[in-house]
Amino acid sequence: MAPSLEEPVQIDLNAPLKAAPKLVAPEPEHCPGPESEQAGVADNCAGCPNQKICASAPKGPDPDIPVITERLASVRHKILVLSGKGGVGKSTFSTMLSHAFASNPNLTVGLMDTDICGPSIPKMMGVEEETIHVSAEGWEPVWVSENLGVMSVQFMLPGRDDAVIWRGAKKNGLIKKFLMEVRWGEMDMLIVDTPPGTSDEHLSVNSFLKSSGVDGAVLVSTPQEVSLLDVRKEIDFCRKAKIPILGIVENMSGFVCPGCKHESQIFRASTGGAKRLAADEKIPFLGAVPLDPRIGMACDFGESFLDAYPESPACKAIRHVVRRVAEEIGMQGDVLEGDE
Amino acid sequence: MPLENIRHIVLVLSGKGGVGKSSITTQLALALSLQGKSVGVLDIDLTGPSIPRFFGIEESRVKQAPGGWIPVEVHAEQTLPLTQHAIANANGSTHEKEQEQGQGTHVGALSCMSLGFILPNRGDAVIWRGPKKTAMVRQFLTDVLWPELDFLLVDTPPGTSDEHISLLETLLKTTAGTSQLAGAVVVTTPQAIAISDVKKELNFCAKTGVRVLGVVENMAGFVCPNCSECCNVFSKGGGEVMATEFHVPFLGSVPIDPAFVMLIEEGVRPRYPKGTVAGGKALVEREEGVESKEGLLVDKYRECSLAPVFEGFVGRLVADVEGRTRV
Repeated sequence: MAPSLEEPVQIDLNAPLKAAPKLVAPEPEHCPGPESEQAGVADNCAGCPNQKICASAPKGPDPDIPVITERLASVRHKILVLSGKGGVGKSTFSTMLSHAFASNPNLTVGLMDTDICGPSIPKMMGVEEETIHVSAEGWEPVWVSENLGVMSVQFMLPGRDDAVIWRGAKKNGLIKKFLMEVRWGEMDMLIVDTPPGTSDEHLSVNSFLKSSGVDGAVLVSTPQEVSLLDVRKEIDFCRKAKIPILGIVENMSGFVCPGCKHESQIFRASTGGAKRLAADEKIPFLGAVPLDPRIGMACDFGESFLDAYPESPACKAIRHVVRRVAEEIGMQGDVLEGDE
Repeated sequence: MPLENIRHIVLVLSGKGGVGKSSITTQLALALSLQGKSVGVLDIDLTGPSIPRFFGIEESRVKQAPGGWIPVEVHAEQTLPLTQHAIANANGSTHEKEQEQGQGTHVGALSCMSLGFILPNRGDAVIWRGPKKTAMVRQFLTDVLWPELDFLLVDTPPGTSDEHISLLETLLKTTAGTSQLAGAVVVTTPQAIAISDVKKELNFCAKTGVRVLGVVENMAGFVCPNCSECCNVFSKGGGEVMATEFHVPFLGSVPIDPAFVMLIEEGVRPRYPKGTVAGGKALVEREEGVESKEGLLVDKYRECSLAPVFEGFVGRLVADVEGRTRV
């Protein structure tokens, strides 16, 4: 039976980075975190009702991290897809990245969705109705094709429209569970799709994956300054968290009217767009993908845009970006099938 | 009570990111202000605050005062002169129009509060875990010295997590027994992907007992400025179907208007190709090479093609919210 998130929760999702001590009061604002090294002894802990409990809790590195590292040891490359802004196409880009890599029959690709409150990956991959299979060795990802596996919180929800109203600590527990339990097996590529922002999910993914080695992050942005503003924050986050940045992709750049072929900038790059940002921040610019209504439609129907419209300009742009990503992580030879 | 100056609180929610919550919040605020209401905007998107950028007040800083923070003022209560365009349109010169000309438009005061006004550097990341975010949201609700407000619009981050839980916990506690918390406007885009996330948000509202004032479908269609053909970049009609399915009111669809993006990004007064008509009104024509950046945002917004659309939304919202309060 698939594990369900319906209350009461069957798996212990309350365990954050490591089993947190049972607290008598909510964590205060400047709490160093009940599972941190300074729990109970930091200056901020003075006067906290939890101080004694935290101080006496076992300290040291999370015992589960070696488990995660071992699980993911057989995964060769791990890529994070990040953006400070929502709705810029992180999930769309993640699915296209995985479809593109999986179009090479010699590669096995995994796609993990860490957006717990708004998981879109299952729908975009056309596997919305699936549930997780649990075997003795762990949870089995849902296989979209022979060499493309997907994991998302959506597979564990009883109803498709149910809201997951969780605070950070609980979400961290689930992400950890994902990394510990899912049997990815022998894989060339694991793509991790993230929610917007720079918060719990991102910190957790980073701390859990640190010791297994992340190749880097691909940042997605749209051309307008409102979006670049948030992406700048994400770059700052990557630098602070020491995540290598593979490069930045500009999505929805330019729209070609299907009627008159006139190209308009729906989201105007008034400050030079992602290219300028990449140059300013000295990170690679991976390419620009034009806005094509068919991309959204392909996602709505759970089909691969790359297979459906291989000749469209958007598809060519995406393939270019994927090749650049492969270059950045140092993959050798022809990565994409049908490369010229 | 910290929120006692405020008559109605309206949340702007969406399960999906980038659907235009901040853009809708901005326009609702401008439209309310144009109807003479005094409006406050509270941005609780802590990791990606966009409200300062939308109102063009990124450089502003919050002032400390005894007892709390003073929100940043966008414009004070005042009377705007009639636009050139409106005067030109009123050449029929009926009695009503004459009166309008004499009076101009009375706009209510508009002020904002966002974490963006507190950060030392606009590129700085706010890397916070849940408890810290909770504390910040609470502080925003309790320590901001709002002036006398008719409406407080709360712009939220995407999802149903820490910020939302804290916001509602605090609001439900402080406004218990009153009708201050009017409800939520839920924003979506027409594609199925966005709709499936926004449905989660509607369920969130149902679970927490927040009334849904209406669904707004944003980015519905884009009119090519070259051939004036409307193209559904992100498909169409999804928002209305969803609203019917969940038995909540559907406020309407908002098309993509590049002139609005220009207004926000560069402060350029909206201008349209000759003969563009929106909501039965002819829009201001574009003169080649003339770009005006003068004037208040609210003044320029009056000439945007989206202004009549939002005028309609706000009319319905105000009637709904105020009708309920009186009962």
